[in-house]
Amino acid sequence: MSDTITLTIDGRKIQGEPGQTILEAAEAAGVYIPRLCAFEGLVPHGSCRVCTVMVNGRPQAACTQPIAEGMLVENDTAQILAIRRNIIDMLFVEGNHFCMFCEKSGNCELQALAYRFGITAPKYPYLFPSRDVDASHPDIFIDRNRCVLCGRCVRASRDLDGKNVFEFVGRGPEKRVAVNAEARLVDTDIDVTDKALDVCPVGALLKKRVGYAVPVGRRLYDHKRIGSDIEQPATTK
Amino acid sequence: MSSTLESAVKEICRACGNDRMRMMDIVRAVQEKFGCVDSQAMSLIAKEVSVHRVEVESVVSFYAFLSSQPKGKVVIRLCDDIIDEMKGGRKVAEALKDKLGIDFGETTADGRISLEHTPCIGMCDQAPAALINDEVVTYLSADSARDIIDKLQSHMDPKKLVSRLGDGNNAHDLVRSMVHNSIRKEGPVIFGTMAPGDGLRKALAMSPQEVIRDVKTSRLRGRGGAGFPTGMKWEFTRGAPGDDRFVICNADEGEPGTFKDRVILTERSDLMFEGMTIAGYAIGADTGIIYLRAEYAYLRAFLEHALAERRKAGLLGKNILGKHGFDFDIRIQMGAGAYICGEETALISSCEGLRGDPKNRPPFPAQKGIYAKPTVVNNVETFCCVARILEKGPGWFAEMGSEGSTGTKLLSIAGDCSKPGVYEVPFGITLREMLEMCGAKDTLAVQMGGASGVMVGKAQFDQTICYDDLATGGSVMVFDQSRDVLAVASKFMDFFIEESCGYCTPCRVGNPLLKERLDRIRAGKGEPGDLDYLQDLGETVTIASRCGLGQTSARPVLSTLANFRAIYERLVKPAVDGLQPAFDIHAALADSTEITGRESVHFQR
Ligand SMILES: Cc1cc2nc3c(=O)[nH]c(=O)nc-3n(C[C@H](O)[C@H](O)[C@H](O)COP(=O)(O)O)c2cc1C
Ligand code: SF4
Ligand code: FES
Ligand code: FES
Repeated sequence: MSDTITLTIDGRKIQGEPGQTILEAAEAAGVYIPRLCAFEGLVPHGSCRVCTVMVNGRPQAACTQPIAEGMLVENDTAQILAIRRNIIDMLFVEGNHFCMFCEKSGNCELQALAYRFGITAPKYPYLFPSRDVDASHPDIFIDRNRCVLCGRCVRASRDLDGKNVFEFVGRGPEKRVAVNAEARLVDTDIDVTDKALDVCPVGALLKKRVGYAVPVGRRLYDHKRIGSDIEQPATTK
Repeated sequence: MSSTLESAVKEICRACGNDRMRMMDIVRAVQEKFGCVDSQAMSLIAKEVSVHRVEVESVVSFYAFLSSQPKGKVVIRLCDDIIDEMKGGRKVAEALKDKLGIDFGETTADGRISLEHTPCIGMCDQAPAALINDEVVTYLSADSARDIIDKLQSHMDPKKLVSRLGDGNNAHDLVRSMVHNSIRKEGPVIFGTMAPGDGLRKALAMSPQEVIRDVKTSRLRGRGGAGFPTGMKWEFTRGAPGDDRFVICNADEGEPGTFKDRVILTERSDLMFEGMTIAGYAIGADTGIIYLRAEYAYLRAFLEHALAERRKAGLLGKNILGKHGFDFDIRIQMGAGAYICGEETALISSCEGLRGDPKNRPPFPAQKGIYAKPTVVNNVETFCCVARILEKGPGWFAEMGSEGSTGTKLLSIAGDCSKPGVYEVPFGITLREMLEMCGAKDTLAVQMGGASGVMVGKAQFDQTICYDDLATGGSVMVFDQSRDVLAVASKFMDFFIEESCGYCTPCRVGNPLLKERLDRIRAGKGEPGDLDYLQDLGETVTIASRCGLGQTSARPVLSTLANFRAIYERLVKPAVDGLQPAFDIHAALADSTEITGRESVHFQR
């Protein structure tokens, strides 16, 4: 059938549909490719690079790379796992993450990725950046110390809410998420029901007064590791 | 004041058709008129061109030549490239600071003069150099720097600082710059003579497909660094579906140590325009855009004039050279200070009025480039080669150079050599021959291809300059035995940290981490394990980064690790006390010692 594309991931043949990315096709076939900036329903961003895979021997972001017939994808190799681990480490030292008293703890995708990769402490030195908190809005706050620059809120506000409340400003290490106002979130047209508020993988963009609602032990990643709902034991075709 | 801002912004936006795609022109114009694009201006622009305010801010905050805080009427941008530093740039910097009574990044109290650092401005052959607004001042010394400040404080007119004019078109009425071409070796391709129209006429006598065939036969590869076969790129673009097509000339020349495109723009712009026009014919485009780096704004009026002359001569415009139905024209898009905008998809973002973030690929520019239309992006020199290939035939071109790298290459050589400047050489010469040619003595190391290239030592001097051996987009920096190659590498890391767009994690975070560990080693606080740490970190940045910047930014570290490993090994030592050498226990305990009023029991001095 010309409507399906066959590719190989870590030696296992899988089928996908034209237009799918490697990440999507893998997921449909029960193969989890770790990701952070990718989010179902949002256009791929390709920025975190956690989803890096080798495609025919060359590195590509699985979340942006379309599948092609006969592609050879390496996802679960020592080299790729080491690279992903390094990137997750980088995200930790780049910001100021104090998981122990963070509202998102247990439901945080960055934290969950670290657990999945067996990271207990980063191997890179902390950069301790000076970043700000915007608590101007009565119902919502931004803690930029925890932001991983994944751009999910930027895309969700623009494409799902039709608002453009968020956008990146600055470049390089100075890059940060700004709001569509002179300075403060309260001066934007954001609403507490906006979809943009449900996409942040970490504890950077949160609703006020709902933190710590779920007790330890019943949080999203307390017992199952991130990606486990996607992963299936390899089935023979 | 605010009503003047409001009416001026309105006028500027209207002059740009209130078109958000022309955001770069708009913000540049506002910056020029008001010394900044402040918060109020951003809101006004957003309203005029119907975008969100934060989108304007995202653009303004991206480019080094734009600012939200007011700058002086005159902005001095001293090049802080490694070559400038070697040629006495620090003394110039001190003199400027001292004379103005301000530090870099500051503006004088009267709001008249701002002082800044900027990466390579393409004047390494006449370093130290600086930009004063759009004017270039070269061969600076502490004395001449003080003199410049005296003069500026009296007349505030950077143009009046030009006392002697450079050679060739640098003395042209529309340039009037003190820049020198420093052409040291003229070769047959770029510096050979060709009358305007001679290449184009031959091209128009053929079919577009035949033109592409000739370019392919010549085996021309891109001169901007990556070396992609030009004919193949054109064929893809021609074959991509779409009604409009575009030709873009990459005149961003941001790679530290490169200044060969500056010389082409000054002396051979006709050849470049002709190559672009031929590309337009070959791929079926009717618009060409030159993306000119902000540092070369002093050439803009001259280039506009050259374009006007070509229009008059029937070499641009409608029915070019009488060829019915072939319409093509070229416009200039100014950049605003961002190395990343030399990367072709970032360049396209910038042309579309966006931050200079590279785009995700696929689609490639050949399929969906500017305005999502099929687009060819080539380097200045590549277009010049095309014009000569069409004029003299692909065989003539392919006979020069080496098998995989046909033709000649412009090198811009600077650093520790007696004859810095531009050399047109056939591909395939050895590094040793090149060093001889430029008068380099006691050479310790050569940085081939700029900051994103590789640092090579004596063991590599018999290698050849070509795509498959020692590749370079043109930049060659020579360092003699008195230099510290790790200091050079560290300087290049500063450059990448500053110039990363910040989009992807490995480049945004990895580069500062590489620099941290490299500097720790340089300070004598490294451990043997740090070498593996750097290698592993550097490889992650190289493999996982999203675009060519991050994919090459670890090279200063990785290439010195490979080629100058002995230097690292001399610097690192195992810790004697079992603690990390970089960790100063007494400094860490200083506060508690102070508070408790006694020393630690375990760690006493
Ligand atoms: C960070 C970065 C900066 C670049 N800067 C330039 C530049 O200033 N000029 C240039 O021609 N190419 C530059 N390139 C290469 C371009 O992306 C592109 O490959 C080139 O313009 C294609 O033209 P060519 O095939 O004629 O070389 C740069 C690439 C990267 C990754
Ligand atoms: S490698 Fe990533 S952060 Fe660096 S310039 Fe390219 S896209 Fe930007
Ligand atoms: S998930 Fe692919 S780059 Fe972030
Ligand atoms: S636990 Fe990850 S950001 Fe708070």
